This record gives sequence, C-alpha cells and structure tokens, in this order.
Amino acid sequence: MTDRTEQKPSETAKDATAENAAADIDANGRIDWHSPQMLARLRRRHAANRRMKFIGLAAILLAAGLLSILVGSLLKSGLPAFRQTFITLEFDLKPELVKPDNMRRGKWRKIVKEGLLRALPEDMRNNRKLKRKVLKIVSRSAPYALRDHVMKNPHLVGRIIPFDVLASDPYDQFNKGLLPEYVGAGERKRPNPKLGGPEVVRAFRVLKEQKRVSLPFNWGLFFNADSRLPEAAGLAGAIVGSFLTLLVTFLISFPTGILAAIYLEEFAPKNRFTDFVEININNLAAVPSVVFGLLGLSLFIGFFGVPRSTPLVGGMVLSLMTLPTIIIATRAALKAVPPSLREAALGVGASHHQMVFHHVLPVAMPGILTGAIIGMAQALGETAPLLLVGMNAFIPDISNMGITEPATALPTQIYSWADSPERGFVSRTAAAILVLLGFLLAMNTLAIWLRQRYSTKW
Amino acid sequence: MTMTKNRDITRQAATTNDVASPVCGGECKFITRDVNVFYGEKQAIFDVSLDIPDRSVMALIGPSGCGKSTYLRCLNRMNDLIDICRVEGTFLLDGEDIYSGAIDPVLLRARVGMVFQKPNPFPKSIYENVAYGPRIHGLAKNKADLDEIVETSLRKAALWEEVKDRLDAPGTGLSGGQQQRLCIARAIATRPEVILMDEPASALDPIATARIEELIDELKENYCIVIVTHSMQQAARVSDRTAFFHLGRLIEEGPTEQIFTAPREKQTQDYITGRYG
Amino acid sequence: MILLATLLVLAVAALGWWLARRRARQVELRAHGHRDRLHSRPVYHGLYVAIWTGVPALLLLLAWIVVQGPVLDALLLSSLPQDVVRGLDENARAVLLNEIKTRAAGNALPGQPAPYVLEAVQRLLRWRAIADMAALALSLAVALAGLAFSWRRLSPSFRARKAVERAFTWLMLLCASLAVLTTVGIVLSLIFETMRFFTMVPLSEFLFGLRWEPQIAFRPDQVASSGAFGMIPVFAGTLLISAIALGFAVPVGLLSAIYLAEFASGRFRAVAKPTLEFLAGIPTVVYGFFAILTVAPAIKRFGEALGIAAAPNSALAAGLVMGIMLIPFISSLSDDALAAVPNALREGSIGLGATRAETIRHVLLPAALPGIMAGVLLAASRAIGETMIVVMAAGIIATLTLNPFEAVTTVTVQIVTLLIGDTEFDNPKTLAAFALGFVLFLVTLALNMLSMHIVRKYREQYD
Repeated sequence: MTDRTEQKPSETAKDATAENAAADIDANGRIDWHSPQMLARLRRRHAANRRMKFIGLAAILLAAGLLSILVGSLLKSGLPAFRQTFITLEFDLKPELVKPDNMRRGKWRKIVKEGLLRALPEDMRNNRKLKRKVLKIVSRSAPYALRDHVMKNPHLVGRIIPFDVLASDPYDQFNKGLLPEYVGAGERKRPNPKLGGPEVVRAFRVLKEQKRVSLPFNWGLFFNADSRLPEAAGLAGAIVGSFLTLLVTFLISFPTGILAAIYLEEFAPKNRFTDFVEININNLAAVPSVVFGLLGLSLFIGFFGVPRSTPLVGGMVLSLMTLPTIIIATRAALKAVPPSLREAALGVGASHHQMVFHHVLPVAMPGILTGAIIGMAQALGETAPLLLVGMNAFIPDISNMGITEPATALPTQIYSWADSPERGFVSRTAAAILVLLGFLLAMNTLAIWLRQRYSTKW
Repeated sequence: MTMTKNRDITRQAATTNDVASPVCGGECKFITRDVNVFYGEKQAIFDVSLDIPDRSVMALIGPSGCGKSTYLRCLNRMNDLIDICRVEGTFLLDGEDIYSGAIDPVLLRARVGMVFQKPNPFPKSIYENVAYGPRIHGLAKNKADLDEIVETSLRKAALWEEVKDRLDAPGTGLSGGQQQRLCIARAIATRPEVILMDEPASALDPIATARIEELIDELKENYCIVIVTHSMQQAARVSDRTAFFHLGRLIEEGPTEQIFTAPREKQTQDYITGRYG
Repeated sequence: MILLATLLVLAVAALGWWLARRRARQVELRAHGHRDRLHSRPVYHGLYVAIWTGVPALLLLLAWIVVQGPVLDALLLSSLPQDVVRGLDENARAVLLNEIKTRAAGNALPGQPAPYVLEAVQRLLRWRAIADMAALALSLAVALAGLAFSWRRLSPSFRARKAVERAFTWLMLLCASLAVLTTVGIVLSLIFETMRFFTMVPLSEFLFGLRWEPQIAFRPDQVASSGAFGMIPVFAGTLLISAIALGFAVPVGLLSAIYLAEFASGRFRAVAKPTLEFLAGIPTVVYGFFAILTVAPAIKRFGEALGIAAAPNSALAAGLVMGIMLIPFISSLSDDALAAVPNALREGSIGLGATRAETIRHVLLPAALPGIMAGVLLAASRAIGETMIVVMAAGIIATLTLNPFEAVTTVTVQIVTLLIGDTEFDNPKTLAAFALGFVLFLVTLALNMLSMHIVRKYREQYD
C-alpha cells in the first residue's frame, strides 16, 4: 500500500480533495445516495456525459458538413457543364467559298460569319464593329464542325442548310447565367471584356429572341475527344484510356493476385519466407502511390523500354498497386470457406489441388470478385503514378487508341483540365469529377450487391 | 430508454403497499411483478413475478436460453444497453420503482453491482480496478480513504493476501479465479446493496469455483445476492431460495431444499433429475 | 513477328494438349479398369504436354524480347564507322542510336541524314528481320522439342497429375513472390538512381542543405547553373502540411468514431459506416480540385479578414483539405479499434455505475489506444506520401517557414514537378526526384512497420 502512495500522489490528491466529497455513510454501512453532494456530483457526471456525446456529434456533423460542402461545390460548378449551348443557324454553302474540289481549303470561317450575320436584323448586319467581332459568339471549332459535316455530305454544296454550332465558352457561360454582362462596380462598371463588347451581347440577345439558342444535354462531354477549347472538350479519350488501363491492370493483377493468395492461404508452409511475403504485401498496400510511379518510370520505361504514356505501362504500374488489395481480399474469402467443405472434397479422394481449384475457389469467388472490383475502383482513381509515367497526353483524336498508343485517363484528365485557366474548364473539371465519382459509385454498388447476393451463411 | 405506456399503467396499480410479499416477511429487497421482456419482436420473458429477500442468496436456474440471465440483467437495467430490448413490468428495489424517472440507472448500478460470466478486469492495475468504482462515484475523502476502501474490498473478496504485494501489477495478469474475485472486489468497492452474479464460476476450474462459492456464503451476511447458474449442484450448495425458469417463464420458486427435494411442478422435477438441460 | 511466334507456340501447345488427351482416353477405353489403368485422368496428360510445349518456348521468346534490343544496339554501334563513334560520349551515342531507330521506324526527322546513318538504318532493318525469323524458328523448335520430350514420357502409369500440380505450385509461388519482387524493384530502382544522384550532388548537401532550387542550366555559362539540392525546406514543408492535416483530422476523426461506436443508434451507424467507406475511396485528385476551387479562396478571404496576407496556395489550404481526406480514414480505423475492445469491459464499467463518457475515458480509450495509435501512424504515412492534393494546392517554391498562410512545397510535389514531361535520367534535376522518393519510401516504410508492429502486439493482448 505504501509504495502506491508514493507513486501517484498528484492524481489521487486531485481525485480525493477537489472533486470528491466523500459520501455520507449511515449506521448500516450503507451510502446515502441521495445526499445533496451525491446528487450534485451526479448532475456533473451526467453533464460531462452529455458534453462528450455533444462533442462527438459535433465532430460528425463537422465532418459531414465539410464533405457536403465538397460534394455541393462540385455539383454547383459541375452540373451546368452537363448542358451545352448550341446556336442554330442557316449557312449558305456557296461553291466559291466551299471550294468543292478541296474543301479543306474552303473559307469556312467566312461561311460561319455570314451565317451569323444572316440571322441578324439589317441594322446590326451593317454595324462594322459587330462584323469584326460577331464570331466571338460561336466556338472556334464551329467552322471545322461545319466543314466535316459538309465533307461527309457533299451534295449539300450550293444549298442553304440549317446547322447547330457550338456557342463559344464565354457565351455558353453567359447563357447559363454564370458569366456577368458587366464587371466591376460603381464607376468602374464596364462591359465584360470576355463577351467582346455590348454589340456582340446585343446580337446574341437577338439570336436568343429568335429561338436559335438552345441548351440541350451535353452528349459531347462523353463523346468528344479532348480539345483546347472548353466548349468542345469531352471525356471520350479519358474514358477509353481509363478503360484500357484498367483492362491491363485487371488482366495482370486478377490472375496473379488470386494465385498468390491461394498459394499463401492453402499451400505455403509456415516459414520465414512466407512471413516475409506477408509483411511485404501488407507494406505494399501502404507505400505511397507516387513511389510506384517512380518504379514504373525507372524500371518499366527506363529499363524494360515499355513505351511511355501508354495504357500498357500505366496498367502495369496500377496492377502492382492493386495486387495487395486483391491478395488480401482473396485470402479473406478463402478463409471464410468452412473446413467441412474441404474435408468433404478430400474425403471423396480429391487431391489438395483439386480440392482447392474445384471446390474452395468457386465458393470463394464472389468474395474475390468483390475485392477485385474494389481494387479496380481504387486503380480508377489513382492519379500520381499515371502522371509520372506520362499518361496525361493530350488526345484530340480518339480514332487510333490502343494499349501501346499514348493516352490519358480520367483522373489525369481532371488534373490537366484543373490546370487550364478558362472558365469553361473549371466547370468541365467538376463535371469530369462527377463522372468519375459516378463510375466509382457504380463499381462500389456492384461490389456491395455481389457481396449480398452471393454471400453464403455457413 | 424503453418506456411503454403499458408499463406506466402497471406501475400505477402496483405500489409498495399493494404488493404482498409472502416469501420474505418485511425484508424483501426486490419485488418484481408481471415482467415481460422483448428483443425486437421476440419475447424472451413472460409474466414473471418474483420476490428476492435481503441478506440471502437467490439462485436462478434453468436450461440455457430460459431467460434467467435476461431477467437478472433487468435488475440493474443492463438491458438498457441493448437497443432492441424492451422491458415491461414492475421492479421495486426497497419499494422504489427502478424503471421510473426517479432512479438514475447510474446510481442504481452502484447500488446493484454485477459480476459477469467471464472475468473482465480492466486493463489497469489491480489497485485501479478496485478503486475505479469509488473514484467515479466519489466515495473516498482522500487517498488514505481510497486505500482503505481498496483493502477492505479485496479482503472481503478474499484476495488481499494474494495480491497485497503487487497492487500495481495489471489485473489481467492474475489467474482466472483471482480475476473473478478481483471483479467481485470491484463490485463490492462501491458498497452495493445487491450483487448480481451471472454464472460467475462457469469459466473457472473446480478449485477456483469452490473459493467463489465460499465467498458467496460469506458475502450473504451483508448483501442480497442473486446468482444465475447452470449448475444445479452449485445452486443447491450456495443458495437459500431457488427459482426455476423454463422458456421464459418462472415455473417454480421456493426454499432451495424444497425445490430440490419436493418440487411442486413436474417440469422442475424433470429438470433437476436431469431429463433435460 | 514476336506476336506471330507466340500464337504459333500456343497453337502447338494446344495441339499437344489435344493429342495427349486423346491418346490417354483411348488407353482408358481399351484398358477399362484392368492392369493398364491410367494413373491420372486424360486431362492431366493433356495439360502436362501443353505445359512442356508452351512454357519453355514462351520463356525463350520473353528472354529474346529483353535481349534483342541491347544486342542489336551494340552490333549497330560497332558497325558504324570508327571515326564517327570514337569522338562521342555515352549520351551522344544514345542520341545517334535513337536517330537511327526513329528513321528505321519510318518517322521523319528534320535535316538530311548522314550517309552512314542511312546505311545503318538499312542494316538495322535487315538485322531485325533476321532476328525475328530466328526467334520464330527457335521458339517453334523448342516448342516441338518440348512436345516430343513430354510425349515420350507419357504412359498409362505416368503420374501426370503430380507433375501438372507441381508446375501449378511453382506458378503460384511465382505469383506470390511478385509482391517481394515489387518491393525489390522499388528499392533497387530507387537506390540505383539515388546513387547516380549522389555522384553529382554531395550527400551532405542533400541532407543538411537549406536551399532547394533544382534548376538545370541550358547553357553551361548560365547563372545559377548548378542549382541547390538541400532537402530540409522540402521536408519541413511536408511536415508542416502533414501536421496541419493530422491536427485537424485526428481529433475530428477520433471523436466521430467515439460517437459512432458508443453513442449512435444502430440505424445511424448503418447509414454512416458505408458512407464513410465510400468517402474514404474518393480519389485524391478530387480533393485537390476542391482545394483550389473552394478552400483556398475561402482561406484567402479568411486571411484578409484577419489582416494576414494568405498565399493562394497556402499550406493551410492544402493541409485542411488533406485533413478532410483523412477524417474517414482515421474515423474508420479508430472505430475498428474501439469495436475490438471486448464488450465485457464495456459492461463491466457500466455495471459499476459508470456513465458512457466515464467508460470511454477510463476504460475504452486506454484499451483501444494501441489500435488508435496504429491508425494515426498509418494516417501520418498517408499524409506524407499524399501527392495529388499538394500537387494541385501547395506551392512549388521551397520556403523554410512555419507560417501556415505561406506557400510551402512538399516531397511529393517536387517529385511530380521534377519528373513531369522529363524522361532523361542524366541530370541532377530528375535524379533528385528519385533521391526524394527514396527518402519518402524509407519514412513511410518506417511508419508502416511501426504501425503493423503495434497492431500485432495489440492483437496478442486480446486473443
């Protein structure tokens, strides 16, 4: 008893004097639980309890609040990009401008400009200032879109055709109410220079009154390739690139991971080597992703000469990162298979291999697939290693994509767009993130569904 | 907390004076009436009414799953911890309804201590394990006071001589039987009036079990003890009265000799003669 | 050509599988349970032959792919006129080889090639054709040899199943070793490039230098041509941002976990847990964008309100967003640690009349502390190694400061900015990235090992 007194004097002193008035004890040695001190103390204790509960709830609400600000700000800036402003105009395809024998040399900008002016009233059409700047309304990609359309349909030459062209990014934003007509306040108030001047805004208003301006769903976001122009940029290249990369990742890591897990769980002798492998796998799961990028850069690209920027090298790097996830999930799924099934298989004369591959593995498959999907979802969001192996190529044309061609992926595309200064790219970046989160949500839901659909209770 | 209209009505009807307590004269510690307990949709206890006398040992016996542990955990409101559990009926401790707003479950549990099936010392020193209750309830004036409470409690639990030289050693380092006596000392330290024991010896070897039983015999001088046991020999050895539960119902209650020698109900007889269990 | 060879080998292997299985089946039918009974099922005979036919030939092709490039390079160099090659250093030779290969691939290069280059291109194309033919012929020969060898070993009593299963075990062992090989690959490649870095920059400067200015000169006479490679400010920046992140995420995450584990109703948990898991899976590039879109401007305004000039890419913005990212991670690990505390302890404390809060403070937190500590260490390792948030939201210039409103840079930011768009590993600038990566790997490795060690000790305590 004595040595205790010496060891914790401060703590007990505080306990005994400041906080604790001793309880009243009656003749029977019973405590008067209802004495005023005891009740006051009880109130304090309950208050402390409520305090802790409140602080915990506040922490959760803070976390939830921050995360909903995250999602909210993404939705706020991303959702407008799912619709896109188009302008319907009639274009006079005069042969002297189209140059039917070599359309690539055609004066398409001029055709588009005339198409714009045709739609405007007489007085505006002759306004020289407007004439110079009217093309600000439509995307710089509009002449090429019109050219491609006519090249595909040469019989249109000489006719006047209606055609939907993309609005330019500032006018797209203006039409969605995201870009103000004037900037500055008070005396400094002036027309927004991005819109090209009040004449052009007036012309756009006229087009709008004529019901030429429409705001349909932005399919281009999914089916266009990347572009320097925000209004024309789409995710097709990134989606295909991510798909090819994940394909490589899956083809490498899925069989390898399963075989490795089966070996470790079912065949490996318990020795130093197996322990070492286990520690390695757990460690790999926590190595920073950028280090895997360095590995890819120096080993795969530098040493083995795998072509840079390609889904092949990206997929190889990601497969090394996904491997631990798949191995750990597979081992858990194998562990969950009851011994009775194994004994039954061995009892009818199956070899150890036959028992594992014919009986245990099929039963464990749903769990393995769940783990694999979660691993793939992680791989889909990985950015840093792909940046290091150069998978942020600018892909304006998706016609020749392959696993050995330079490519980009969804997260690296998000990174590239986030770096671009144009306002339209802010919105598109957020939209691209929403698309990525959509894919992730779908994969996670699939994994949960698989787990519930096929989970067997033993 | 689980409050139902149904129970409020019962409480109005059953005040202390209305309830006759034939079994224990003036010294009834607990009086319980029309107890029903539900886990979600499933009913675990049906209409149990039981009186528990002070300064004696009441044993609850019955096959596993009969509701005896559930009933025990109602007596210090441990079932409050289970979300889906709903308790109906009247529980009077010294005439006070323990499920009314007037009694704080925190104080109730200091007055009605509990010892669990598996010894569960905290991962602290032996001293801190015993001092824990008095500390949180503020029962000691100063360090010397606390030291005294710890020593008395350990003596009462018949553990003092074995651990007095290593009070700073972790409680988890003791043997199973010692751990369980430490848990009893921990429960005693808050000076409870009732000690609930949920199969306290089921995880122990026969020698440790014998020590615990001796201890129970000594403790009943000062405390009301309710013990759940699956061993009929143990019930016969330690208890003054025995209640037999089966499928959530109280089949029979009476002095222990009578239950074991001349049970009124056939089910009781079948159970104590080993027909099922 | 290699692809064709691979396909041919696979076709031969498939043929071997079919032949062997058919023969075994015929034996089986004829013998029908008598003395000549097969030891193994016909499918194993087929697999046995297929393995012997396919695997050696495919391994040969793989080796060929690895070796062919360097061998042809060496041959090509030695075939060039002596006077051209002699004056060139290693880099210039690589450039010359590259030019020859690019022209051989049919791609245009500016300028008129020297005649010896054109000859080399012709030679290279010719040699490649020869090498491809040789690879094809050799691999087919090996495949057929394997087929013949395994075919002759087949007999009714042959234990084909054992042989096939042994091959499978080896394959599985190989896959399991891949994890080790990956670690070895990481360590070797980092060490190799780091050693090269230290031949150009002294170790003492890297470890103790206070300036990090990794420029490289385009001309030798340029000012500041050497650059400075002191990692202290870079690491200080990493630690500052990680400290902000952990200082924010650990209390919030831990308190959320306490509420979820000990106070929340079952229904609340059922919604909160999966949500947390999904949030923990949000890619960090998303958080990075959130930092520049929302948090950094907000912090700038907040700083202005306080009268402090906040950099647009302040350490505070990056740290806070990283903290938000870590909340689900820490909360989920702490929740696991609390859930692992045996329920008996909880009941023991409540049964003595302790309130929930007292139980948590005096019993549950001390018992769960090792698990929580392990989680915090893992979170620290993640914070230090986190890349995209800081690449997007933190600075590039290395500043030695503790002011959270200033911009600092981190190890991972430097790695990415030094390496983006650069593939030549011959200057200190790119090699510095590997040196930083090596230090990063060692630090996170130490944190992970420590965390794993704590978890293992903790598990023993309760099992």
